[in-house]
Amino acid sequence: MSKYVLRRVLILIPVLLGISLVLFTILAMAPGDPFEELATNPNVPPEVRANLRAKFGLDDPIAVRYVRWFVSMMKGDWGFSFVSRVNVDDLILQRLPTTLFVLGSAQVLGILIALPIGTMSALRPYSWFDQIATTFAFIGFSLPTFFTGLVFILVFSIWLDWLPFIYRADISATGWRWYWEHVRQAIMPVAVLGLFQGATLTRFMRSAVLDVVRLDYVNTARAKGLSEKTTVVKHVVRNALIPVVTLLALQVPTVFGGAIITEQIFRVPGIGSLLITSILANDTPVVMAITFVISALVVISSLVADIVYGWLDPRISYR
Amino acid sequence: MATVALPRRDARPRTSLWREATRRFAKHRLAMIGLVLLTAMVVAVLAGPLVYRVPIDEIDFKAKLKSPTMAHPLGTDDLGQDVLARMLYGGRISLAVGITSMLIAISLGVVVGATAGHLGGPVDHTLMRITDLFLSLPGLPLLLLIVYLFRNAIRNVFGPEAGVFILIVVVIGGLRWMPVARLVRAQFLSLREKEFVEAARSLGAPTLRQVWRHILPNAMGPVIVAATIDVAAAIIAESSLSFLGLGFPPDIPTWGRILYDAKDNLDFAPHWALFPGTAIFLTVLSINYIGDGLRDALDPRKVLGGK
Repeated sequence: MSKYVLRRVLILIPVLLGISLVLFTILAMAPGDPFEELATNPNVPPEVRANLRAKFGLDDPIAVRYVRWFVSMMKGDWGFSFVSRVNVDDLILQRLPTTLFVLGSAQVLGILIALPIGTMSALRPYSWFDQIATTFAFIGFSLPTFFTGLVFILVFSIWLDWLPFIYRADISATGWRWYWEHVRQAIMPVAVLGLFQGATLTRFMRSAVLDVVRLDYVNTARAKGLSEKTTVVKHVVRNALIPVVTLLALQVPTVFGGAIITEQIFRVPGIGSLLITSILANDTPVVMAITFVISALVVISSLVADIVYGWLDPRISYR
Repeated sequence: MATVALPRRDARPRTSLWREATRRFAKHRLAMIGLVLLTAMVVAVLAGPLVYRVPIDEIDFKAKLKSPTMAHPLGTDDLGQDVLARMLYGGRISLAVGITSMLIAISLGVVVGATAGHLGGPVDHTLMRITDLFLSLPGLPLLLLIVYLFRNAIRNVFGPEAGVFILIVVVIGGLRWMPVARLVRAQFLSLREKEFVEAARSLGAPTLRQVWRHILPNAMGPVIVAATIDVAAAIIAESSLSFLGLGFPPDIPTWGRILYDAKDNLDFAPHWALFPGTAIFLTVLSINYIGDGLRDALDPRKVLGGK
């Protein structure tokens, strides 16, 4: 198992290199200059600009620039924001926990919805329960997150006035009240993302359980007198989860896309909304760094999925 | 080379395979409802502006943020522009983006998958590593990054509308070809060993003809399903981009763009957001159901032992 984990971690390196190469190529191909701001500023004399260009090595060959950029990304030296004049890594570290909290809770909610519903649907395919669940799943993953978000705000904030629709990092209350306010403002963003994830996962789970449940070993488990609960939980679900984990990992890039939109709707102060504000403000260093961080998070999540995969199916880690 | 004229016994099995698929599709009730709904939407956006001749940019401050009335069946926005007219016009763009991106994604995917699957060896290995790399790229952030960096340059070359259209379509298509490439490659790996391909090869068919006439048609089933789903995904991607204010400019009211403009007026004018949102939802839902029906209809496993 530890050898398997090590191998998976080593595979990360070429993937991250590849992603950084793609990002850098996009940046290098893009028209314009990161120093455009200085170039158009009449207070900066041309000599100063030329010196700055030489200092940052903007006129070096592209390969040299890539290596330098990659090394400084790895060292955590991400430059400073053009807009707020703050180091980019500080800015991102400040915002990252909120994003991870919302995303993580949404993922848990999605799994909590999908596992029981998907399993029950598959155990009684084409029953009324399955039909209702399938219909809701289809509606769930056909509803784009930006529309669900707006409908939630309309219903729960404007019409019913139950929940706040702006996510605030600075809540003045203390003690239990502070926790309660945090939970209350997280309900809608988490629900929007979690329901979407849940709908997609329910479909995956249903078809995975359907594939497993007609196998002979399930009949054997029943025949030797195991209770239905043990058969389903220990024998069916555990094996059905194997393909679901893979699909879950493939979903991660989509999840981050959903997080950006959700953060924008509910004004959650995470990296997604930071990305949008930076794009609107032409803040290139922040935009690049966030895209890289999100890519890295996607790769790390798929690493976690691979490890879980190896734990669920020991055959894989021995290959 | 001598050609042997084989007697053509019966052309029936070839056509009946498709007829069989059509029959199975028609039995999928929700897929049929989806097909009817989607056709209605397409007809509405294509013919609608010809019948419903209200201009999309007529500003009328006296009638701003009005709920649906006889004069404005879906209400008006903050400039008093007619929401229905804007939705009919914007729907054309949304659907065009969906279909064009799908075509780009499918063509790229088929070319990459077919090359990898047919040539095998180091070419296959390299192409599949590239596919894996693209699969681990986060779609929306990358889409945002590319649109951010290239928006102005491409606008100068192709003009504001065509420029944004080309950029969005190419990037969405360029980030969605990977599943198709994998599907096509898997199909090619199994099909190229089949007897009928071997027969074509031994009769001297050149590689391109083997691929185009013999393998590709038989690999199309899952590709058609993927293509359907891709249209929905591309519509959502474009709407997301426009919803974030980074897609089409305000004078091209795609459904996502209308939502972006409407989102700050939810409390006075919910209709403004609800109608375009519902349009996106219904389009995507119909496409997903059609995809489900096609999967049932084209899945060869169903032919063997299914219900």
